Amino acid sequence: MEIGYFVSLALFTTIYALFSLGLSLQWGYTGLINFGHIAFMTIGAYTTIALTLPGFLKEMPQRLIEAYPVLQGQGWLLQLQTILPEQLPLLVAVMIGAGLAAALGLLIGISTLRLREDYLAIVTIGVSEVVRLVALNEEWLTRGPRGVFNYPLPLANWAPSLPVKLAMILLLTLICGWVIWQLWQWLGGQPQGPQRHQQGLLRLLFAGYAVCVAGAALCWWFAFSLSLTIQLPSLLQELLLMVLRLAMVLPAVICGVGIVYARLEQPWHQGRSQPWATHLSLLTLTLGMGLMVMFYGAEVMALYTYSYKAGLLWLLLVTLTVILWQMETWVSSPWGRVLTSIREDEEVAKALGKDVFSYKLQSLMLGGAIAGIAGAFYAWQFDLY
Amino acid sequence: MDDNYPTAVEPIGGDPQGQPEMPLLTAQGLSKAFGGIQAVQDAQIDVFKGQIVGLIGPNGAGKTTLFNLLCNFIASDRGRIIFDGEPIQHLPPHQIALQGMIRTFQVARVLSRLSVLDNMLLAAPHQTGERLQNLWWRSHLIRKEERHLKEKAQVILESVGLAPKINDYAGALSGGQRKLLEMARALMADPKLMLLDEPAAGVNPTLINQICEYIQQWNQGGITFLIIEHNMDVIMSLCDRVWVLAEGQNLAVGSPAEIQANPKVLEAYLGQ
Repeated sequence: MEIGYFVSLALFTTIYALFSLGLSLQWGYTGLINFGHIAFMTIGAYTTIALTLPGFLKEMPQRLIEAYPVLQGQGWLLQLQTILPEQLPLLVAVMIGAGLAAALGLLIGISTLRLREDYLAIVTIGVSEVVRLVALNEEWLTRGPRGVFNYPLPLANWAPSLPVKLAMILLLTLICGWVIWQLWQWLGGQPQGPQRHQQGLLRLLFAGYAVCVAGAALCWWFAFSLSLTIQLPSLLQELLLMVLRLAMVLPAVICGVGIVYARLEQPWHQGRSQPWATHLSLLTLTLGMGLMVMFYGAEVMALYTYSYKAGLLWLLLVTLTVILWQMETWVSSPWGRVLTSIREDEEVAKALGKDVFSYKLQSLMLGGAIAGIAGAFYAWQFDLY
Repeated sequence: MDDNYPTAVEPIGGDPQGQPEMPLLTAQGLSKAFGGIQAVQDAQIDVFKGQIVGLIGPNGAGKTTLFNLLCNFIASDRGRIIFDGEPIQHLPPHQIALQGMIRTFQVARVLSRLSVLDNMLLAAPHQTGERLQNLWWRSHLIRKEERHLKEKAQVILESVGLAPKINDYAGALSGGQRKLLEMARALMADPKLMLLDEPAAGVNPTLINQICEYIQQWNQGGITFLIIEHNMDVIMSLCDRVWVLAEGQNLAVGSPAEIQANPKVLEAYLGQ
């Protein structure tokens, strides 16, 4: 099913977007070279699952004793078994997962942040390997390579009514609109701002883009309903779809590239010091915008017919937006200014009275917690029933 | 004069007016060895409030190391440092800075990918918005503080002639402008004592004069200075007292005129 494929793809992309947000805080803003970010995600994913799978946590001491017979006589382990809850609510589990990921950040930080950056990089690789090996080999903790399945998923058995679905679509639309608006503002704020004589062209291109995107969406909708109702000979259907798609998507791409360049008012021949890099980033941007519009269309359709993954993607997008918004607030505050100063030159930050160590710890822990939340979604997107 | 070599424990720098005042900064018996190299040995320095004090010595004399020891950027092996009546040798560098002792670096270190304004704003101590939890609960106060700090930064930048560059990246500044920015940034922290490491190095003569004027101006505003400098004109025109360091040890101390006439100092600089 085509829509399902795009929703899965969007889900994956968004999970890694959330994951990278954490890395961006650590590496991008604070300059902490972290090659083992995946360790935070692993912790988040396994913790969420272990805490929500019915009975899994409760039987953990029992499995621990089976795995390590040395612990046989330890009474407190059995006592622990009576205290441990059967399962925790999903939200609490995610919070604990993020908390444990942050705790891992604290551990790495305390042991290495006083050293220079390269050592941190080496340690993070080491830690992520350790976490992977523990997850693979400590079967009492994670079931190892056999894996964990049949765990509870958020919004899994939920059948929203039409108004609820429409509200979800509306929120999604608002988020996408906000993103495009941000992008638009960012482009206008670039050194080469738009010039007056380009405004007409810009409007024209934008209208063209809108028409193309609307056309693409219509065509998708058509193809979507087509596949629901009539079963054409598959080859014919594929051919029809391909022609429709190309006819609609190609002009959109061309218009998109035009808009981005017109907004920038950057003549082709008059690039900046690194023209190829600028062009590459602008083209990537256009592609990204196109992808977003595509994912948006797919998600709207999927939400309308509601499936588990559509619900999860919606939840994830909302989470991503909230976290991104929060992170933007943080990094544009005086707190974020200290982080960037550490990236630029931590000696200067120290000389100006900033507690560099504490800020590095905060950054590492917060970035880790964000990756932990991404980990929970990573686990949830496997709907292994 | 030659007997001025510091052996006594009491501050020997002496107040010009001879008042029995505690120095703002006093360091005694500071030593640091890097492996087998004794970079600084039993060094002493006193800086009285309101003075501009020079620290000179041949290359490799340990002046910058002494600076680093004073700010605890490098932990000293031995010695006591008292700043404003409090021992500070055990404090981490950032707390020393918060006590009001701000240093600059020999090669100007600006935060290249931050704007000139952000470089300035960063330096303000004890900002509410530097604590993450305050970002949620005190955003109003933070905005007010930022506005206030921006005005302050604007005034300081105007006074050193960097106001037109306020929104540029600090990395786009010239060498001299970086020196100015670094000093202006230190000023944002409301220091009691500024340690300047070669403020005139690599700067054209006109700008050197300007920098001297600024330093005098700020000194009249109540900031005490300790300056490492190789440019003797700067030292002679600015300083109230000069300490001479050679091979990690105190060689002499006195007024600029006394130092100029001291044969030991000449010998240390020019060789025998």
